Amino acid sequence: MVWFRIKRTIKLGAKSLWMHRLRSTLTTLGIVFGVCSVIAMLAIGEGASQEAQNQIARLGSRNVIIKTVKPAEEQQSTADDSTMKTYGLTYEDAERFRATLSYEVIVPSRRINQQVWYRNRKVTVEVIGTIPWYPEIAPIEIMRGRFFGSIDLHYQHKVCIVDESVIDEIFIIDDPIGQDIKIKDNYYRVVGIVTAVGPIDTTGETANGIEPQAGPSRSGEMAGGIMGNVYIPLSAFKSSFGEISIQMTAGTRQMEKVELQEVTVKVPSLDMVLPTRDILEDMLASTHKKKDYQILVPLELLRQAARTKRIFSIVLGSIAAISLLVGGIGIMNIMLATVSERTREIGIRRALGARRRDIIIQFLSETVMLTLTGGVLGIALGSLIPYLVERFFYMPTVITGFSLILAFGISGAIGVAFGIYPAYRAAWLDPIESLRHE
Amino acid sequence: MAIVSLEKICKTYHLGSIDLHVLSQIDLTFKEGEYVAIMGPSGSGKSTMLNLLGCLDRPSSGRYFLGDRDVSILDDDELSQIRGQRIGFIFQSYNLIAQLNVIENIEVPMFYQGVTERPSYKRARELAETVGLGDRLDHIPSQLSGGQQQRVAIARALANDPLIILADEPTGNLDSESGGEILVLLDSLHQQGKTLIIVTHDTNVARRAHRIIHLLDGRVERIEINKKI
Ligand SMILES: Nc1ncnc2c1ncn2[C@@H]1O[C@H](COP(=O)(O)OP(=O)(O)O)[C@@H](O)[C@H]1O
Ligand SMILES: [Mg+2]
Repeated sequence: MVWFRIKRTIKLGAKSLWMHRLRSTLTTLGIVFGVCSVIAMLAIGEGASQEAQNQIARLGSRNVIIKTVKPAEEQQSTADDSTMKTYGLTYEDAERFRATLSYEVIVPSRRINQQVWYRNRKVTVEVIGTIPWYPEIAPIEIMRGRFFGSIDLHYQHKVCIVDESVIDEIFIIDDPIGQDIKIKDNYYRVVGIVTAVGPIDTTGETANGIEPQAGPSRSGEMAGGIMGNVYIPLSAFKSSFGEISIQMTAGTRQMEKVELQEVTVKVPSLDMVLPTRDILEDMLASTHKKKDYQILVPLELLRQAARTKRIFSIVLGSIAAISLLVGGIGIMNIMLATVSERTREIGIRRALGARRRDIIIQFLSETVMLTLTGGVLGIALGSLIPYLVERFFYMPTVITGFSLILAFGISGAIGVAFGIYPAYRAAWLDPIESLRHE
Repeated sequence: MAIVSLEKICKTYHLGSIDLHVLSQIDLTFKEGEYVAIMGPSGSGKSTMLNLLGCLDRPSSGRYFLGDRDVSILDDDELSQIRGQRIGFIFQSYNLIAQLNVIENIEVPMFYQGVTERPSYKRARELAETVGLGDRLDHIPSQLSGGQQQRVAIARALANDPLIILADEPTGNLDSESGGEILVLLDSLHQQGKTLIIVTHDTNVARRAHRIIHLLDGRVERIEINKKI
């Protein structure tokens, strides 16, 4: 019986909305746009925070990363092209960190993009020279074999550990363990295979690129055609590549000496991240004359994401609120018009036994049907917006099931909120006067 | 047996400082199965009385018994309930719901009494056939003639098998031929034992009733008993 009533009420509502379909459609536009904004807001906010969480997982929430950057004044002095530029983090810095922060894991590293060969196949990778504790600070896991140890580091053994993605490129069917690959002029024996753990990098940034807004996102392929990483002992790196690199910029030669590209400090607990950052900041400020370093704290990405989220929430939230308010008022207006057009029908129904609450249910459900229709249109349209944002603004977005349910719920709630007054107006009409109404 | 009785019913409208006594001191009873006509000049209070009888309105004073219930003290929900269960209305201007078809219009009173889908449809169909519209079930009012619309209205008035049927100038908008058909239909309802109260201007309509109540300025002027029936 209840079901029959619901069916009848819906059928009746649909009939009268369909009778004025143009009017109904126009009326729902406010709700459509409001719901669109809600969906977009939630999708962008969710995208930003998931992105931040991914990056944090990738970079390590307990890590403080100090990177070498080319100091600003160095970049401008192009006249003097023959002198050697020395800048960046040094082994001394790393030693100093270790001396001061006795309880933390401190991992220095050098990185270079390099072609590596296996027989006649080559692949471009990022060669990372580091120390045996690197796996502790990076989101990698040893699948087979081992990472290199202290002895390898000490004796500059030519051993390497390769990424799974590199294996697919050059080894194809051969078992990589025990094979030699050629990096620059030397052969390195593969002793282990690692795989990335945690969330997949969707931004296309390599693990050391931390700026979340940088560059277009194309998942699958890493930046600059880099197919993965190869890890070698830092000492071997140093002897192989030296510390001097020659940069060819616009026809001029520029020699640069950089000892370390990166030092990662892993602290024992989250609440030590920021104090450690401050200590390192002070230490570096007092020992480096130029600002040739940058300190990155993955944990701060969360704040950055929260900021992005807040900005979008304010902008889109206001748009949503205004559209929904205006839309709701528009709907109330149309429903008041409907009630007055249908005064006679209301009188007839009252004469035939409809109670006030029956009339309220009838008009309220009609309003809710109207706003839910708007909600569904808004959800359909709103789901396209995050797609466009991702496509053209390279911002990650995530549409959650919750946001769809919320949007649907909001449109229903708008229907109730703005339908209740017209419905009460209808229900409190005097039956006799309504019957006399023309 | 009296199924409707009015005791000292008054209806007064307060228009500014003037009190307009539309009905004053009406004492009347109606018996089960009776066929009564109410006549009187325009503005004499016929419609007001019919609205009171139909529980659409409440008297300013006096008591109104419908069956064994004093309905002059009921609240709005209870009055709606009574209207749905015990009263069948037939209006001068048919008052069908424009967007509903014949069947759906007849089903409206049953819907508000919670009759379920199948019995409701079955009853509506039977009634439509009774009033001769079995072949027009899915027509909407604008596709029907005035006489046909009034027949739908009669079917609708019968839907919940009411205690009394109230008709306010049921033939007022119809030509004499279709008006005649409606009167024949009403006669047949009376023959089936329904209680009918009809407001009319037309002496030809009133002649068919047992009793004719003449109203004048809100009072019962005289009651005429039709001896021919
Ligand atoms: N709501 C109202 N307010 C004031 N006066 C009313 C109202 N309804 C009816 N009347 C008055 O009551 C009188 C009787 O009306 P009505 O019962 O419709 O007469 P009839 O149906 O006999 O022509 C008329 O004078 C009319 O103006
Ligand atoms: Mg009248």
